[in-house]
Amino acid sequence: MNRRRNLLNIACCLLALISSQAVAERFIVVASTTSIENSGLFAHLLPPFEERSGIQVRVVSVGTGAALQFGRRCDADVVMVHAPDLEQDFVASGFGLERHPLMHNDFILVGPDHDPAGIRGLSRAAEAFARIANTQSRFVSRADRSGTHAKEMELWRIADFDPTASSGQWYLETGSGMGQALNTARAMDAYVLADRASWLGFGNRGQLQVLAQGDPILFNPYGVILVNEQHCPNTRSAAGQQFIDWLVSEAGQQQIASFTIDGSPLFVPAHTD
Amino acid sequence: MDEFSESLRLTVQLLVSLEPELVEIVSLSLSVSVSATVLAALIGLPLGAAVAVLRFPGRSALTALLNASMGLPPVVVGLAVYLLLSRAGPLGELGLLFTPQAMVIAQCLLITPLIAALARQTLADLDENCREQLQVLDTRPLNMVGALLWDGRFSLITAVLAGFGRAIAEVGAVIIVGGNISGVTRVMTSTIALETSKGNLALALALGLILVTITLSINLLVTGVQNVATRRYA
Repeated sequence: MNRRRNLLNIACCLLALISSQAVAERFIVVASTTSIENSGLFAHLLPPFEERSGIQVRVVSVGTGAALQFGRRCDADVVMVHAPDLEQDFVASGFGLERHPLMHNDFILVGPDHDPAGIRGLSRAAEAFARIANTQSRFVSRADRSGTHAKEMELWRIADFDPTASSGQWYLETGSGMGQALNTARAMDAYVLADRASWLGFGNRGQLQVLAQGDPILFNPYGVILVNEQHCPNTRSAAGQQFIDWLVSEAGQQQIASFTIDGSPLFVPAHTD
Repeated sequence: MDEFSESLRLTVQLLVSLEPELVEIVSLSLSVSVSATVLAALIGLPLGAAVAVLRFPGRSALTALLNASMGLPPVVVGLAVYLLLSRAGPLGELGLLFTPQAMVIAQCLLITPLIAALARQTLADLDENCREQLQVLDTRPLNMVGALLWDGRFSLITAVLAGFGRAIAEVGAVIIVGGNISGVTRVMTSTIALETSKGNLALALALGLILVTITLSINLLVTGVQNVATRRYA
């Protein structure tokens, strides 16, 4: 009988272990994008807010599409993403409340130093895309319904080209995050559309370089949205709103502006320009 | 080759400096996977023993099912647990998504079939040798299962270690149900995936070496205990 009692004790201990952590302090879940996480912004941005408010911010980083899906399924309290059209749909469908502009930077076209498609210095992104397609140079696509993927597809449409017809040939749909796509592009000497923050935080560049940038269409705005309490009764609305209020306040915006890598800022706050 | 030597250097540096963040990640990895292994052993060992010793209809089918589920893809288990624990899912009220508990549940589901299948094979072999003896002593099914588990307790350690190894090494399930939240659900494997995506390949490999070292130490320790115990009591 002793053995049975021991087993019972172990089971009780495990249950206690499992349930003890369920009673956590005040926290919110923020569904965000890999581009922000990979840049390192959260480690810089969150501590001042958490300290002042006593609210722990738990960030889950996925692509924009998946982040909005977390919001739709009520698994996040706040979404912080970068695909304005998708964000508008999200709000219009009643899943989220108001979209607050948060910050922005830009997308860049990255490729191998020897630039087989000859796009270096082009000022029109769609023209660069057309050259890549015409020379059938390798191009790595995120293909994961992220904000970056949405922008890439927009550029193909403007270039009047359907790259998915060449999928698996020169056009490689990786279905991966920004970092994985950059790793793949480096290994395959391919072109890839990246957001500037991920690029600046990326440590495996090899022969990759920024070849085209500066087209206004490459503007990359980030927005932050509170999940709608009416759709998701579990939303931690008060704490989530407090976080958003701080982000768009002067203190929050300054904290974003002061985040740099090697002296270059990664994000421009939305409310100071 | 640069990256390999760089990652060796980083491994040593990480082990020497022992930063609190690394310690936290390693301890969470261990506590999640050890909890999952204990729970899975509590379910899997008796299940394996029962399938080994009892004769019931559908036994071969269950054996095949157990053996097949050793190959369960972690990402599928993670997805299923996510859909269960999501607020929009049937168990959403529990609020367990993106917590270490969710990771324990996912890993437990992943390795229970593995432990049960390995236990079944181990005990079936053992059963061949001592079935007659057991039947003479006591023929009630539950007692037979208990006696068989007790007889095979040293051999079963290998099954449990295999389960632990699969749990601590997997990333597909924990990253979906845990969310890789810094300071809350970030474990060794999800950190390695994150550093890889940041292009910090040497650091990612160094973390991998640390993980392998930990797994190896645990296996050496348990195997040592197993050997001593076998010599003394068996």
